[in-house]
Amino acid sequence: MRLPPGSYFMQGNEACVEGALWAGLTFYAGYPITPSTEIAEGLAMRMPEEGGTFLQMEDEIASISAIIGASWAGAKAMTATSGPGFSLMQESIGYAAMTETPIVIVDVMRGGPSTGLPTMVGQGDVMQAKYGSHGDYPVIALSPSSVQDMFDLTIRAFNLSERYRVPTMVLSDAEIGHMRGKFIVPRTLEIVNRRIRTDRVWHDGFAYDETLVPKMPIFGKGSRVHVTGLSHDIAGYPTSNVEVHEELVRRLQEKVERHSDDICSLVAHRPGSRRMLVSYGSPSFAAWEAMMQSEDVGLVDLKTLWPFPSKLLAQAISGSSDVIMIELNLGQMFREVQRVACDEGCRKVRLFSKVGGEVPRPAEIIGFLKEGG
Amino acid sequence: MEFFDLFREDRWPHMFCPGCGIGTVMNCFHRAFSEMNMDQDKTVFVSGIGCASRIIGYIRADSIHTTHGRALAVATGIKLANPDLNVIVFSGDGDIGAIGGNHFINAARRNVDISVFCINNYIYGMTGGQASTTTPYKSFSTTTPYGSKEYPFDLAEVAVASGANYVARWTIRNVKELTSSMTKAMQKKGFSFVEIASPCPTSFGRRNRMADPTQMFEWLKIIAVRKEKSQAWGLDQLDLNIEGRITIGEFIERNRSPYGLIA
Repeated sequence: MRLPPGSYFMQGNEACVEGALWAGLTFYAGYPITPSTEIAEGLAMRMPEEGGTFLQMEDEIASISAIIGASWAGAKAMTATSGPGFSLMQESIGYAAMTETPIVIVDVMRGGPSTGLPTMVGQGDVMQAKYGSHGDYPVIALSPSSVQDMFDLTIRAFNLSERYRVPTMVLSDAEIGHMRGKFIVPRTLEIVNRRIRTDRVWHDGFAYDETLVPKMPIFGKGSRVHVTGLSHDIAGYPTSNVEVHEELVRRLQEKVERHSDDICSLVAHRPGSRRMLVSYGSPSFAAWEAMMQSEDVGLVDLKTLWPFPSKLLAQAISGSSDVIMIELNLGQMFREVQRVACDEGCRKVRLFSKVGGEVPRPAEIIGFLKEGG
Repeated sequence: MEFFDLFREDRWPHMFCPGCGIGTVMNCFHRAFSEMNMDQDKTVFVSGIGCASRIIGYIRADSIHTTHGRALAVATGIKLANPDLNVIVFSGDGDIGAIGGNHFINAARRNVDISVFCINNYIYGMTGGQASTTTPYKSFSTTTPYGSKEYPFDLAEVAVASGANYVARWTIRNVKELTSSMTKAMQKKGFSFVEIASPCPTSFGRRNRMADPTQMFEWLKIIAVRKEKSQAWGLDQLDLNIEGRITIGEFIERNRSPYGLIA
């Protein structure tokens, strides 16, 4: 049974499990990795109760491959992992984007690079989420910064993935995943299901309309569709025709860009303040504290990382003269923020960076604010 | 069932080289599939990357051509997400024995109800003839210009050891046995694996004094020894070299409960 509407106290990873079930998850495949393991453990318990399939695969490559297969068989499918596993999944993320397979990948980020800090927080996977696979391809990446977000954004990830047939990631982190907190299951939730087709798709398996999103044929319904990671025409057949390749790759990208108003979101506190903090994930807590203890300081908490919410950020920092990016890496999203801030005419854009392992303290951020005047 | 009821006529002619064994495999499969009266709309074909993996693009059914080596993992996902589907994998020695080796042994261990047809041409054909994990000892390829120094995998034996319910190996010369094994594999509940020793005159034969397809056919005739005789002679595929032998036959038929049906 789905978690009934009400108020709960749970771990972020547990809230993710419940969110996924609410979204309609029917197939999970994963491989144990800290700090995401509670998601697999939770679903191992909950999936049979909900009539779904839980599968522990031999590695992360197998996990993402299995959910791609399950998605084509009609399932709402998800995997969860952390940095090293996320690295292993990259090729198949590109494959999912190319074949327009709706899947959800939860990456509970830990300190990197390599094996790094397995039990401690980091935000070093955010660029990899966008650029980790080869070629140009679209992804959607959301960033939860509370237990409530773990529930809400997991559902949102499924909805976006189903609506746009794009691999969608929930880029959580060790603090958010392991934090215990209150969250609310509302009475009504929007659940989106992909548009499917069940007719024979002889020569138009990937035909699209003005939304740029093709209706998805599901295996076993008589469509007889061919799916390939090779460049393909709208029939789904492989081709080496450069015009067809160009049309495909541009359409995949445009599919997300055209709908970025629907996809992008952020939360802005005191927008347009003289000094604006920008953060996502676990550092948002300290940033919020720092904002509350300071004069003329606002905060933007990014909920969408990819596509980057340039328009919303520009509105939120419009008129600010000092923008401070706070993140647990050497400045991966900083360049994106810098680009938007510079376009808005902001003179000063600074980076408050911690490599990971622990979240910043509010006092550190306040100190940083003072340093820059 | 006519040939082009099963295959996509609009994609003909196919891309395979003259003398390739894949055509024979497709023919045998057509016979096996026709005889079984399986619902084409409830059958999904899965493959990875390589020459053998291109077969499924010619089959008139739901089909998914996945990334290199991952066919079995994708097939596992499809089968377990919708157990009503028949899931058939066409793959090669590169997919199964090298890059997807982990998925191979674990899919067999898990005993998911899928049928795997592995066309072993002893070489990476599509990339132009590099050594694979089944390339015979001492034989030549573009990456073993002085002869392969590695011993090859016996894929069928690996499948048996890993827990498959049905395992057979034939060469493409054994069309009757191959067709019958394909039928058995598709009927068998659980993981079934049929390895098909197949000629690649273009990439393997050419560098091993068998550029003419008929020479490769002769080679397959010489190296293939039926299981019954093979055991008597104590021959083992692991000793396969260019003069060596492979055993052919049905290696195991058992009824371990497929994944998800363990009581």
